[in-house]
Amino acid sequence: MAKEITSPEQSSHAVLIKPQRGLVGLDLAELFRFRELILFLTWRDILVRYKQTLLGGAWAILQPVLQMLIFNVLFGDIAGLSSGGVPRPLFTYAALLPWNLFSTAMSDAGRSLVTNRNMITKVYFPRIIVPLSSVLSGVVDFLVAFLLLAAMMVYYGVMPTSGVWGLPLYLLLSLVTALGVGLWLAALNVHYRDIRYIIPFLTQFWMLATPIAYEANEVFSRLPAGWEWLYALNPMVGVIEGFRSALVGTPIYSLDMLWISILTSLVLLFTGLVYFRRMERTFADVV
Amino acid sequence: MTDYAIRVEGLGKQYPLGGKVERYRTLRDTIADAVTWPVRMLKGDLRRHAERIWALKDVSFDVRQGQVLGVIGRNGAGKSTLLKILSRVTDPTAGYAHINGRVGSLLEVGTGFHPELTGRENIYLNGAILGMKRREIAAKFDEIVEFSDVARFIDTAVKHYSSGMYLRLAFSVAAHLEPEILVVDEVLAVGDAEFQRKCLGKMGEVAEAGRTVLFVSHNMSAILRLTEESIVLDKGQMVYRAPTSQAVDYYMASGLSQSGERTWEPEEMPADAAPFRPLAVRVKDPNGKVVDTVQSPQPVEIEVEYELSQPVQGLRLGIYLQTMRGEVVFTSFDTDDPQQYEKYATRPAGHYFSRVTIPADTLNEGQYMLGLNASSFRVRRYFHDERALAFMVDGMGAPGTQWPEPRQGLVRPKLDWVIEHHGAPHA
Repeated sequence: MAKEITSPEQSSHAVLIKPQRGLVGLDLAELFRFRELILFLTWRDILVRYKQTLLGGAWAILQPVLQMLIFNVLFGDIAGLSSGGVPRPLFTYAALLPWNLFSTAMSDAGRSLVTNRNMITKVYFPRIIVPLSSVLSGVVDFLVAFLLLAAMMVYYGVMPTSGVWGLPLYLLLSLVTALGVGLWLAALNVHYRDIRYIIPFLTQFWMLATPIAYEANEVFSRLPAGWEWLYALNPMVGVIEGFRSALVGTPIYSLDMLWISILTSLVLLFTGLVYFRRMERTFADVV
Repeated sequence: MTDYAIRVEGLGKQYPLGGKVERYRTLRDTIADAVTWPVRMLKGDLRRHAERIWALKDVSFDVRQGQVLGVIGRNGAGKSTLLKILSRVTDPTAGYAHINGRVGSLLEVGTGFHPELTGRENIYLNGAILGMKRREIAAKFDEIVEFSDVARFIDTAVKHYSSGMYLRLAFSVAAHLEPEILVVDEVLAVGDAEFQRKCLGKMGEVAEAGRTVLFVSHNMSAILRLTEESIVLDKGQMVYRAPTSQAVDYYMASGLSQSGERTWEPEEMPADAAPFRPLAVRVKDPNGKVVDTVQSPQPVEIEVEYELSQPVQGLRLGIYLQTMRGEVVFTSFDTDDPQQYEKYATRPAGHYFSRVTIPADTLNEGQYMLGLNASSFRVRRYFHDERALAFMVDGMGAPGTQWPEPRQGLVRPKLDWVIEHHGAPHA
């Protein structure tokens, strides 16, 4: 009788628990087994985001619109910066969308482990799921806000360029960057709650260092020749420039710079993963 | 083919001392440490980094497939640490554990419940967190709802649930997990007596279905009912393994179970309790001696010692007296009296004792559990431990002891009976 209980299938669940040292690879097969949890947590974050708000999901559009209005007054009417030959609202809004996707994803992911500490201290699952689903949940907001962008393009009579096929690439790049930085922040936040206070500054500073209200050209052209890559180290430069150019046809400084953005982004993701995996084993004890 | 479900070998877990007090460090601490490190090294004062305690040390045992093993031990004995390692929530520091089968852990019910989501949404979410597949949850959904008794409110946000409903729903989801190895910690400490019976029944079913269960509880009668064999942990080490009835006897007799006093070490302190800091709970006899067994016909003093690091408004410190089955005998707060409440509207920072006396001839014989709560009503719950300290009540000299039979009931008051004799019987 006892033999029936020990079905051969169980050997596939055999686990050896022991102290872990050194580098641990990311177990993609395990992550795949937990794919439903990733979806559920993403779904939860989306459901909860605008609960008990008066305006609900309208915030997904209101936020970038209000930001756009402020930026237009500050950088357009007051500072008088160029908007690359397209209507300024379009110029700013098209940049704000991928930026907001990135910044929300990054800061949510950065806070995610601490916010979900009751799960982390009670149940086992690959911890990376927590920041990962925080990053994913921002996509819905992006899509909602994107509807307004489409409407604005119709209103201003602006057609997307042939580069529109690059959009998924830019979005992926911004999500990868957000995840990379988010992993760093999340793991650090478990040990050092300072991160909670650093995140808003980081977001603000990064936003100003990204060509949202101005053209990347303004920065590139001020850098000494041969040093332009410095600015492209910010992966969001490539994302924003690329995204905006593909949709509304603003001029792009140089497509080569995109490779630098991709490279930085991958470096951030890789180091973030390594650090996260290294710290992971103490999360439950410290958080 | 292996016939064990769990094999643990030399398992140990080390925590930095005080790790649970300064739960997280600030960047400043780390920088300060880095800067002062050479100086402290010269002074030979690296204690701050060296002081670590073993929450679990050198524990070895195995659990056969289909066995239900009880884990007994007082608070801080390492039970929870053991379960956390086995359910892979935390990594061990030493040794290893071989797990043969899918592990489901019930370290706490309602993990991941979100107050803003409805009961229905939370069932799916919680199920996924506990490792169930969506199809599995959908298939069991009706069963889960029925078991929980909250069908009418299933589409209401759980923040509007009463705490009882919330727990029932949470346990129902957990109870419908079907892993090969189930690790259970103290879930039975929740809910009313009726619901606990239901839970115990469910646990029994799981065990009978031939699954391996590791069961941790303070509830000795549940341990006795559900497990054949138990291990006893003390100070992080396994001190005994035997058939459950023997293990329970050993545990009760060795004084591991009770000491009449419960103190809180800094590392046991939940970080979010501040400014409240519990120091000790004591049970005292009429001579002021700390005892683990009191006499039913004598008054019992209960003393709670604590500190407030800041003034606290509207603090009420209370005790719950429960039976081992979790039935609450009574609840009482130190500011129940309106005058007392006025007087201590704001309690200044300092070191406090709150004492209360349970009058003589109140409690029936048996084992009781004292719970502790420090809160400001509708503002914040600083500290809560439903199972702070166990003590025994001995019935010697209580009313009716001339008849050697157990007396039913939680209280054993000495009541003044009047017997009137009105002459001869009516013819």
